[in-house]
Amino acid sequence: MSLEIIGISVLWIFLFGYVIVGSIDYGAGFFNAYSILSGKQHILSKIIQRYLSPVWEVTNVFFVFFFVGIVGFFPKTAFYYGTTLLVPGSIAIILLAIRGSYYAFETYSSKGHKGYAFMYGLSGLLIPASLSVVLAISEGGFVSMVDEHPVLNYVALFKSPLSWSIVVLSITAVLYISAVFLTWYANQTGDTDATNLMRKYALFWAFPLIITACGIIYELSYHNQEHFERILNLWWMFALSFLLYVGTVWLIWKRKNYGLAFGLLVGQFLLAFFGYGISHYPYLLYPYLSIYDSFTNEAMAISLIIVFILGLALLLPSLYLLIKLFLFDKDYVKGQNAK
Amino acid sequence: MLFEDPVFSSRMLTILTLSFHAIYATIGVGVPLMIMIAQWVGIKKNDEHYLLMARRWARGYVITVAVGVVTGTAIGLQLSLLWPNFMELAGNVIALPLFMEVFAFFFEAIFLGIYMYTWERFKNQRKHLLFLIPVSLGAAFSAFFITIVNSFMNAPQGFDIVNGELINVNPLGAIFNPAMPTKVAHVVATAFMTAAFTLSSIAAFQLLKGSNHVYHKKALFLTMKIGLIFSIATAVIGDFSGKYLAEYQPEKLAAAEWHFETEGNAPLVMFGILDDEQNIKYALKFPYLLSILAHGDPNAEVIGLDQFSNFESPPLYIHYFFDIMVAIGVFMILLALIYWIGVKRGWAFINQKWFRMLIVLGGPLSFIAIEAGWWLTEFGRQPWILRGIMTTGEAATSSGHVGLMLILFAILYLILGIGTIVILRRLFKNNPVERELENRLGGEQS
Repeated sequence: MSLEIIGISVLWIFLFGYVIVGSIDYGAGFFNAYSILSGKQHILSKIIQRYLSPVWEVTNVFFVFFFVGIVGFFPKTAFYYGTTLLVPGSIAIILLAIRGSYYAFETYSSKGHKGYAFMYGLSGLLIPASLSVVLAISEGGFVSMVDEHPVLNYVALFKSPLSWSIVVLSITAVLYISAVFLTWYANQTGDTDATNLMRKYALFWAFPLIITACGIIYELSYHNQEHFERILNLWWMFALSFLLYVGTVWLIWKRKNYGLAFGLLVGQFLLAFFGYGISHYPYLLYPYLSIYDSFTNEAMAISLIIVFILGLALLLPSLYLLIKLFLFDKDYVKGQNAK
Repeated sequence: MLFEDPVFSSRMLTILTLSFHAIYATIGVGVPLMIMIAQWVGIKKNDEHYLLMARRWARGYVITVAVGVVTGTAIGLQLSLLWPNFMELAGNVIALPLFMEVFAFFFEAIFLGIYMYTWERFKNQRKHLLFLIPVSLGAAFSAFFITIVNSFMNAPQGFDIVNGELINVNPLGAIFNPAMPTKVAHVVATAFMTAAFTLSSIAAFQLLKGSNHVYHKKALFLTMKIGLIFSIATAVIGDFSGKYLAEYQPEKLAAAEWHFETEGNAPLVMFGILDDEQNIKYALKFPYLLSILAHGDPNAEVIGLDQFSNFESPPLYIHYFFDIMVAIGVFMILLALIYWIGVKRGWAFINQKWFRMLIVLGGPLSFIAIEAGWWLTEFGRQPWILRGIMTTGEAATSSGHVGLMLILFAILYLILGIGTIVILRRLFKNNPVERELENRLGGEQS
């Protein structure tokens, strides 16, 4: 395996981690705000806050890891994406900033404050939308070179059905992933009302998810023929992913084994995410930037990989401890030991 | 200018983000150590006051951490968004400490979550205190790694550029650059100093407002003592920084000191103004002091700005940043020293209103010193973003929308700043020390 492949695989795995933990987090923020505004606070807020409180910062680090890592492994991305993403990137930062701080304001000081909850609930939905635009840009067609500088065509991006379907998919995925996870988590706590409500949300968002996912592949066939054909070559990954999706929905429908349902969901997204990533290979930004012409020097690549392995050796036990103390500690999840 | 020139507006936006982030980052690096010391003293002396101190500081701390995390994310992304050409080059050479910083931060985030939600979980308080150690370490190492990147910008090494090609990259060589030891030590020490003086400023404020509770007196004494230690450490490290500058970045030192002619027996110039012929007026001059600062020898020759072209000379206004930083540093050492001796000797005036007002002032002053220090080092590196290799103008984005982003971010920081103040005030006002102590002690007896 070449260093380039190792580098992009590491980054893609972390990005996948962010997609999952970020979706749970953003969706939970939305459901929390929705429950406060619709008067169902008594059912949901406690569960959501007990899960969210100790982990929100960790979620953010997954994202930071990705963008620092990609500049480390593929420095040329700083030039191409840095220049073109100024506006969407800044909007994402502003939303992240509002969400992070208003989350803290609400949790640590003014529990149940409607304005704060609304701010972080709404910004949580807009963040995946603004970040996912990058995926649309990476398909090519929105960036042109002017005087050797990449320039983003905002109008084309705004009018493109592809970018809108990616945005819609990101939002439905956030709500679906989060609802399935919280169904399981609520069930763990033994809270039947919350479980039933989250189960309803999970089933509600399952259908739009699969429609938008198919929509993107359809749009892509017009937008980037080459990528579309590579996706067709990997049809088995997407087919398997679909089967796992059916499995999740079936389990939730039948009220069986929510833990397994969430496991299948992770598998479903893993296959789809990697199917997409592999078919995107070797381009980082079609057609200007591939993982080969943007890669860092060998010395840096090797030292980054060494640091990565050492870092993981430190992080995995810590993450295990965090999960053990908060997600799987029966007393904690049932609220008997909460602060 | 804001909307036509991406270089100018990129600089303004970076100053804005860094200056705002510096406040929260300083608290983020400094306060965990204070919480740790308070909790440790509380366990050792079995004193509920110190334990409550740790609790209350931690509660305020998480609010500032949240804003620090998001502004840190902002500057992390803005580096690529505003300085894409610089990051492309830097990514090749100095990506390693940036990457390590993420891990340190990861580590800190995980254990802060654990620490905050396990106050009541362990019978043995020492076990709970253990979780704070990785938080402090993670915070200090974040500062350590990120400051390495800044020191690399001042003293780049660990690579060669031949015919425009980057070769012989040595990531460790880039990390261990000559600016690194003094800069890293200075940043970490001032964070501890500022955190300590901020907490003593709060304690003194409570005493001024009429509370005579021993809780605040204990907090004041503890934090002033810690502040004294780290302010002295800061001064010592600052002296080494002067020697580093004299050797590796003489133009920065010369501009900061308004030292125009290369000469020996150089005096240290504080404040004053320059007239049109670059004559210094109304300044305080300390004879020989610049030679001592630069080389540890009153007669040593110090390189002046005459050795540099206009292009290479940093802006002369950095002189004032240096003066503000040093004046505040010296003031804080004296204030803490007088207070400490005063407590030992039983001097009455340290408990008087005017002296406590000075201590209250010490918190904001320390932050001004931090900001002045960062402005000194950043403006003092101009015109370079990577000294001797890439200018700030070459590094900036070509995008025409930076001006608009600057306005958006200014509004954002205003909202976050006001939000922090409102929330922190509410957090502590609604739950004063006296009441919380009563509740806790009452709870223990029943």
